[in-house]
Amino acid sequence: MGDLQIHKQPKKYDAVIVGSGAGGGMAAYVLAHAGLKVCLLEAGPMFDPKKDSNQLKNPWESPRRGAGTKFRPFGDFDGCYWGWEIDGEPYTHVGDTKWEWWRARMLGGRTNHWGRISLRFGPLDFKRKSIDGLGDDWPIGYEDVKPYYDKIDQMLGVFGTNEGLYNDPDGIFLPPPKPRLHELMIKNAGKRVGVPVIPSRLSILTKQINKERGACFFCAQCGRSCKVYGDFSASSCLVIPALATGNIDLVTNAMAREVMTDKDGLATGVSYINKEDMQEYQVTGRTVILAASACESARLMLNSKSTRHPNGLSNSSDAVGRYLHDSTGADMGGIIPELFDRKRYNEDGVGGMHVYSPWWLDNKKLDFPRGYHIEYGGGFGMPLYGFQWGIEKLNGAYKIKGKQKEAGGYGASLKEDYRAIFGAHVGMSGRGEAIARKDSYCEIDPTVVDKYGIPVLRFNTTYTDYEINQARHMKETFAEILHSMGAVATWGNEDGKHNNYGLHAPGNIIHEAGTVRMGNDPKHSPLNKYSQAHECKNLFCVDGGPFVSQADKNITWTILALSMRTSEYIVEQMKKQNI
Amino acid sequence: MDRRKSIKTLVIGGISIGTLAEACNRTENSPVAPSEKEKDAIVSGINRMKEEIAHEKKIDAEPAFFTPEEMTTITLLGDIIIPKDEVSGSASDAKVPAFIEFIVKDKPEHQMPMRWGIRWINIQCLERYGKLFNDCEHTKQMEIVDAIAWPNKAKPEMTQGVAFFNLMRNLVATGFYTSEIGVKDIGYIGNAPFQWNGVPEDVLKQYNLAYTEKELRECISFS
Repeated sequence: MGDLQIHKQPKKYDAVIVGSGAGGGMAAYVLAHAGLKVCLLEAGPMFDPKKDSNQLKNPWESPRRGAGTKFRPFGDFDGCYWGWEIDGEPYTHVGDTKWEWWRARMLGGRTNHWGRISLRFGPLDFKRKSIDGLGDDWPIGYEDVKPYYDKIDQMLGVFGTNEGLYNDPDGIFLPPPKPRLHELMIKNAGKRVGVPVIPSRLSILTKQINKERGACFFCAQCGRSCKVYGDFSASSCLVIPALATGNIDLVTNAMAREVMTDKDGLATGVSYINKEDMQEYQVTGRTVILAASACESARLMLNSKSTRHPNGLSNSSDAVGRYLHDSTGADMGGIIPELFDRKRYNEDGVGGMHVYSPWWLDNKKLDFPRGYHIEYGGGFGMPLYGFQWGIEKLNGAYKIKGKQKEAGGYGASLKEDYRAIFGAHVGMSGRGEAIARKDSYCEIDPTVVDKYGIPVLRFNTTYTDYEINQARHMKETFAEILHSMGAVATWGNEDGKHNNYGLHAPGNIIHEAGTVRMGNDPKHSPLNKYSQAHECKNLFCVDGGPFVSQADKNITWTILALSMRTSEYIVEQMKKQNI
Repeated sequence: MDRRKSIKTLVIGGISIGTLAEACNRTENSPVAPSEKEKDAIVSGINRMKEEIAHEKKIDAEPAFFTPEEMTTITLLGDIIIPKDEVSGSASDAKVPAFIEFIVKDKPEHQMPMRWGIRWINIQCLERYGKLFNDCEHTKQMEIVDAIAWPNKAKPEMTQGVAFFNLMRNLVATGFYTSEIGVKDIGYIGNAPFQWNGVPEDVLKQYNLAYTEKELRECISFS
């Protein structure tokens, strides 16, 4: 360290963006196309799905047959680098509270492997406090975001159907794929028990929309990221096209340390560590746009203390890091004996479900205030590590080829059982809205730093009876649907009061939001309604941070819409010389 | 064989596992030593970030976990669980033992249940027949297997063996059905460019299902 020096990039950019996922990728795309000079910092390496995806690999090409590792918790072929734990980058918890923090480190971030579930928030989702008195209303409404949803539907592509549902707004959709066999059975069961089942809304191209991206070829592997760019990833659809403008300098393996500010408290740029040489670097810009993920952006702001910002950047409200919430989640699955020994055919389809259930009930009549949607799985999936695990719990419970067998076993008869059960599984997952609360938060741990010397986050997040009651309702619904379709629950059916009905630990659903929320009152919110910092007008945040609440909808499509809106606002404000 | 002596051998076998494994790790006839080509495929065959490559190399450089005797037991049990039949080959045809050797290094939580499960079987065999499992005649091996392969009717004192056999069955099945032979056997047809046009007509009919007019109108169709 004798020759420690700070490497200062002499070029002054119009914008320095931290993070290249949905939010940062969209900001880079809009600004670069508007002719602005952008420096894009990404904490991980370059990733281009065209070259780097593991799409179409066979299970035996992985020595672990696609099993998860700490590097790829969703499996060896998955398209996301890192996950719940990263070597040398710890995070801590207060007491026995739980927060499971997913961190992607790569160009495009977690959008390389996400479920492509692309749901618009509805008019009610922006105004929940007015409905149930909990949390806060957004400072904007559906009408503010709708034009951007319309634009990204067309620009990025999403399939679905217009159902005229008030709080699940219609969009500009590509045609959805037809339901698979088990999905038809789910649909019929839903009809009988009063749960609507409609075509899913996924950002996957069932038809080609431009020359740069191919159409989906139905391999069901969106989780690996798509080599023909047939699904939406921030890498393939935003950053890589934005790089082609020549207006972006992309710096990979750049771990942001702080947002730098001047004596007036304005942002001047970002300091970072280059993970390759472990040296200190600084890059300056007219604006700084945080898109490092809700928690990482909050961490950056909290770590950026100065005389003007003693409590962290734009944090007089003390709200940075607070209101942290994830989607709730609970799951159940089983087998459909009617489908034993099904005829074989290719039913890979798109990556994920072809049908889903939007929230259908009125919370005023329930003991929990917010809704959930249901995602479905099942059918003939590619055999991967874990496939056929636990046959001893299944093959003695049902008749196979008309015979009641003893559980477990071995030999030719066992092989017959494995064949019979393949493709007869079904599963369902509820993903619901949790209440964003001031007392559920992350903060800087005063005593722990990561391998780059950056103080780490300490989490203190909890659930209340609202989320637990919602999980109970999910389980009741799943049991009803399974029963109605002639399926027998084999997992997730033993959860109950003793374990909060299988409610996943917060963070586990990987929809972190709320930590840098927007609001009209600077005393309660770090950002204004354009995701611009109240106390630092050239600082913006465009990931899940600005969300006041996150609806029972996956947040990516709204991150994209809000990032586009903020980016256009930045271009306009720069033209007006306001920033 | 004198029972006491065999147990002694067994214990010595246990103590010397490390050295033994070390000695046979790189030998040509070790069932698990990968060829240079296989090693390259492990590291470069699929996209990996640099931390993963380091992890793959580290696992690859580790000495074999299982002794040759343990590998023999795994191979014997594997082929009892998944034998060759009229549809496909056996677990060993699909190189399941080598997969199990790899996966216990990658998922060390399986190491002790596997090692001590094999030991448990050997103790049973020594007690009953005065021989280690590998040295028993096939009928004797099957007697032991039958004592632990049926969880709901196994005797209470067999619990430990049942737990081991469940794990063994699961590892063998997952290894087999994710191999090329196994994927063909199970009839997974996919992982290739394709146009999804819905459930085939005859299958819809079989389950008394149909697409609605709305679905046929709104969903993508390919001719």
